[in-house]
Amino acid sequence: MNIEQLSLHANSVRESIIKMLYSAGSGHSAGPLGMADIFVALYFKLLTIDPSQPKWSERDRVILSNGHICPVWYATLAERGYFDKKELVNLRKLGSFLQGHPHRDLKYGIENSSGPLGQGFSQAVGVALAGKMNNKDYFTYCLSSDGEHDEGQTWEAIMLSAKEKLSKLITIVDRNYIQIDGYTENVMPLDDMAEKYRAFNWHVQEIDGNNFSEIIEAVENAKAVFDRPSCIIARTIPGKGISFMENDFNWHGKTPNKDEEIKAINDLRTLNNRIKSEHQ
Amino acid sequence: MALCRQGFGEGLKEAAEKNKKIVGLCCDLTGSTKMDIFKSAFPDRFVEIGVAEQNMIGVASGLAMEGKIPFCASYAVFTPGRSWDQIRVSVAYQNLNVKIIGAHAGLSVGPDGATHQALEDIASLRAIPNLTIIAPCDYYETKKATLEMAEYPGPIYLRIPREETPIITAENDIFEIGKANIIYQSKIENQIVIIGAGPILYEALEAGKALEKSHKIGVTIVNSHTIKPLDEKTVLEQIEGKKLVVVCEEHQKTGGLFSAVSELLSQRKPTKVLPIGVDNLFGESGKPEELMVKYGLSKTFIYKKITKAIQN
Repeated sequence: MNIEQLSLHANSVRESIIKMLYSAGSGHSAGPLGMADIFVALYFKLLTIDPSQPKWSERDRVILSNGHICPVWYATLAERGYFDKKELVNLRKLGSFLQGHPHRDLKYGIENSSGPLGQGFSQAVGVALAGKMNNKDYFTYCLSSDGEHDEGQTWEAIMLSAKEKLSKLITIVDRNYIQIDGYTENVMPLDDMAEKYRAFNWHVQEIDGNNFSEIIEAVENAKAVFDRPSCIIARTIPGKGISFMENDFNWHGKTPNKDEEIKAINDLRTLNNRIKSEHQ
Repeated sequence: MALCRQGFGEGLKEAAEKNKKIVGLCCDLTGSTKMDIFKSAFPDRFVEIGVAEQNMIGVASGLAMEGKIPFCASYAVFTPGRSWDQIRVSVAYQNLNVKIIGAHAGLSVGPDGATHQALEDIASLRAIPNLTIIAPCDYYETKKATLEMAEYPGPIYLRIPREETPIITAENDIFEIGKANIIYQSKIENQIVIIGAGPILYEALEAGKALEKSHKIGVTIVNSHTIKPLDEKTVLEQIEGKKLVVVCEEHQKTGGLFSAVSELLSQRKPTKVLPIGVDNLFGESGKPEELMVKYGLSKTFIYKKITKAIQN
């Protein structure tokens, strides 16, 4: 799949995110939109998976640690064919498997439950450790956020991964510099994050997390590392693709109203009014 | 006298010989939890996590997602003490096959003082869905519980003490998770039932036998080793016709076995229950036997409490 095709899928995933968040009426907007390119690159290009066999034992594992960005996970899984896209509007609704924070349900590709920050990271370490003990070839991708690195548990997991030389563990950190109370460096300074990871004996790359070429190259580099776990610090634009959400921490934990939904969908279909939409 | 934790260590090794899926995790307490017995036998299946209980529980969940059966050992004050949220979300919400061992539980850890005396662990876990809670009473029962846990699917918390405790069960006694055992019945009419879990059952047994002698009152003693799910059938059967129901535990009176029994009886057969436990207090340094006396958990205290209750 080429970059143009990946971009189209990412745009489609962002449109799903806006629609499902509007329908849900609560949830997180900025993080899911910022991470759409990474999720699409993983599920449409980089992962060894078979959506028709979500429990296939040799599949690459994706463990989402910052569970609150699950709309992008659900939208990507639906886009990739794990379940019908019509389900997406049931996000956060009674009886739906699309819980406000993810709940493990392998048949839909949802590999783990998470929400309280730091927990998914440790789970990913366990999954990768089991793969190593069982001599499996699968890679474990842990998707984490910068704010999550305020939690002590995250650093406990980082230490153990290096100690156990989990070279098939690849963590992608969404470095968007925002969290609920504001900019990360005001809430709790995390830079230099790359140097911190290096000091913990990880292989580290820093990339533009909204650039498909960089994402693909970084993951391929990470897969080639054989003696330590790998971290990709992905600088993403929170709210990416929606003119009035980009880089605004106020959109971390809120959802669009009807007018904002219409404007957001228009932004996505016209690439922020740079092109004309067929819907106009 | 023998160590419950020795029973855990030997039981785990034996279970692991039969089942290759079993792995061991420990937070820098391999010797004192007796996880070292497993570690020596299966070094490749043991993971030293370091002093990081939250990570241990999370990593165990990940291992269980891939079909392993992780046994995680630390002191009860650290796990569940420091890892309650991880037990709730990563283990219980996902309903994973993770076994958690809280060692050195209760006042009897002695000189280490209040910070290390877990008296709230059962209360903190009992409200979590999916989780089974077991508090064995001696070496044999701990060994059997460990072997049973390996076969029993789902998350389980096993609570064990530090000190050597009297052997009150026999090697051949049947142990079944969720099934309470009647460990003593007087030959005269049984008017009192004492329900307990853990090594305090020995104190209860001694107090019961003394009452039988001094007051000619028959006593039934129920070992409710599985605190959750409570063996409701046995409890309801055994309180039938009794003049006094007593619950003994080396734990706060809030949220443990006394609460579990009271919750059941309030719904099914409203009954006054006499609690023997720690009364909303932190412990302190001291010899285990001194602490048991001071905090009202000794056989003499139990005897006096029951004597007073039956006189009223």
